[in-house]
Amino acid sequence: MNWLSDNKIPIGDWAEAIFGWLQKNGGWFFDGMAVAMEGLIAAILWVLQTPPELLVIAAFVALTWVIQRGWKLPLLIAVGFLFIVNQGYWEETTESLTLVLSACVVCMGVGVPIGIAVAHRPKLYAWMRPVLDLMQTLPTFVYLIPAIVFFGIGMVPGLIATVIFVVPAPIRLTHLGISSTPTALLEAAEAFGAKPSQTLWKIELPYALPQIMAGLNQTIMLSLSMVVIAALVGADGLGVPVVRALNRVDTGLGFESGFVIVVVAIMLDRMLRVGDK
Amino acid sequence: MSKAVIFDKVCILFGSSPDKALPLADQGMTRSEIQAQTDQVLGVHDCSLEVEEGEILVLMGLSGSGKSTLLRAVNGLNPVVRGSVSVNDGGAMVNVTTCTAKALRRIRQSRVAMVFQQFGLLPWRTVAENVGFGLELAGVPDRERADRVAAQLELVGLSERAGARVAELSGGMQQRVGLARAFATEAPILLMDEPFSALDPLIRTRLQDELLELQARLKRTIIFVSHDLDEAFKLGGRIAIMEGGRIVQCGTPREIFSNPTSEYVAEFVANMNPLGVLTARDVMVAGSGDGAGDGAEVDAELAVRDVMLRLRDQPGLTVTARGEAIGRVTAQSIVARLSL
Repeated sequence: MNWLSDNKIPIGDWAEAIFGWLQKNGGWFFDGMAVAMEGLIAAILWVLQTPPELLVIAAFVALTWVIQRGWKLPLLIAVGFLFIVNQGYWEETTESLTLVLSACVVCMGVGVPIGIAVAHRPKLYAWMRPVLDLMQTLPTFVYLIPAIVFFGIGMVPGLIATVIFVVPAPIRLTHLGISSTPTALLEAAEAFGAKPSQTLWKIELPYALPQIMAGLNQTIMLSLSMVVIAALVGADGLGVPVVRALNRVDTGLGFESGFVIVVVAIMLDRMLRVGDK
Repeated sequence: MSKAVIFDKVCILFGSSPDKALPLADQGMTRSEIQAQTDQVLGVHDCSLEVEEGEILVLMGLSGSGKSTLLRAVNGLNPVVRGSVSVNDGGAMVNVTTCTAKALRRIRQSRVAMVFQQFGLLPWRTVAENVGFGLELAGVPDRERADRVAAQLELVGLSERAGARVAELSGGMQQRVGLARAFATEAPILLMDEPFSALDPLIRTRLQDELLELQARLKRTIIFVSHDLDEAFKLGGRIAIMEGGRIVQCGTPREIFSNPTSEYVAEFVANMNPLGVLTARDVMVAGSGDGAGDGAEVDAELAVRDVMLRLRDQPGLTVTARGEAIGRVTAQSIVARLSL
């Protein structure tokens, strides 16, 4: 027994060595990534925070109407946002929305192409699956640590942690959609002389669209679930009052901000539910 | 008459090492024997066939006889292991088994169109968008495409449903969309892989009639796969009967009906309705002698069904070919032929 515990496998040391090496040699890469993400975050934040609140709310209501038609959901969105303003969480909400939207842009931008690529290469997907499992099951706090090491404190490490946790969802769903395209449709395209790119754009992507949209929905919901954890590494948003309430054991503040997160979640989910009808 | 498609000793095998299985197939082993020994599945073995321009050739056989496999070699959906398939590409014969991917795409876009058993329509598109699919892939400009699609929809009687989703249509209408999509590319060669098998019998008969009508006008070359002998005899100018990946007999319906070369073919033929195949020539008593010249005359190629209608009000008919009496048909002569 002693021998077993005396010869501990140095997983911790290895991880430290790997991250140390990455920090030393990949600094330029992570710096560049940080700059790009800061830019993305600043741009979205500017769009949400510069105009008056009511104008932004009106824009969201109009967008909902465009996506969903009908009057019920736009009304729900309007009421939801007015509730948030009423509770005094408008600024935090825009910050959290920024985090969610940035995560969406990055996750869909990375996840959909990867999903397509692995759908066409089953062997690569077999390799990738354990990595995706790891990304989703490794406790989020654990990869917050290297995120701080590489990106310091603020929105960017929060975004990185969110992306690592969330990106497997769009990859998996895109893979599912593309690889389940019926052979009959692929053959019809082939028989009429489709190029591989035409098959992708005219057959596979339209067929997989409901799955990809489900991936978008998942991305949004999972990103929102990371709001509180992102606050731990200094990201602004609705997670900040939750963390503060936890530290001060302030039940009132906790429930207030918790409810606002729930309202945001419901609004985003309903707004983007496409193709359920 | 020039050839539209030439199959030259085509072999198709499914599996990782066809080289092992080919010699066994050459020895005449059956599919199951080959599979037991080499784990390779024999699709088609040494099939040679020439398809004339403008004819309807039916590939016919039980499921698993290799008829679809052979058909799908024409547009390269199934790779040929040995032998070749050549397609008439505006005068020149192009070997689709060896041509470049680009040349094959061009042939698929403009020379060979296909109709599928399960339709193969895109459910998220409208009827018109489905019909225009092949033209879209070939890069036909929007306006021309719209005109050609409208013309095809008119042809199959679906103009009013142009904006409908395909899922809203019945099976028969969906296959009309499939036909229109194939006709729209104006490809001179049409491959039809059991296009009517998934439809109910009434609709099937109607679509067969429509296809014959369209063919009379459009004069395409059609290779049609069917497992239904009645369908094959109705549509086919010639029929190639396949068994276990090999062509066992090829000929006109009448040749096959009156002279089946194997047990397998005879069994097929025994189950079909002879009235659709036989003509006056087949049921007459030959000879210009006794009784010839009595009663009305009928042409030797008149279908026996019509001969029987004429026989209702007279005891016998004189059969003529090119104006000359060649025999006599009576109720007895018909019964004699049918009870063979």
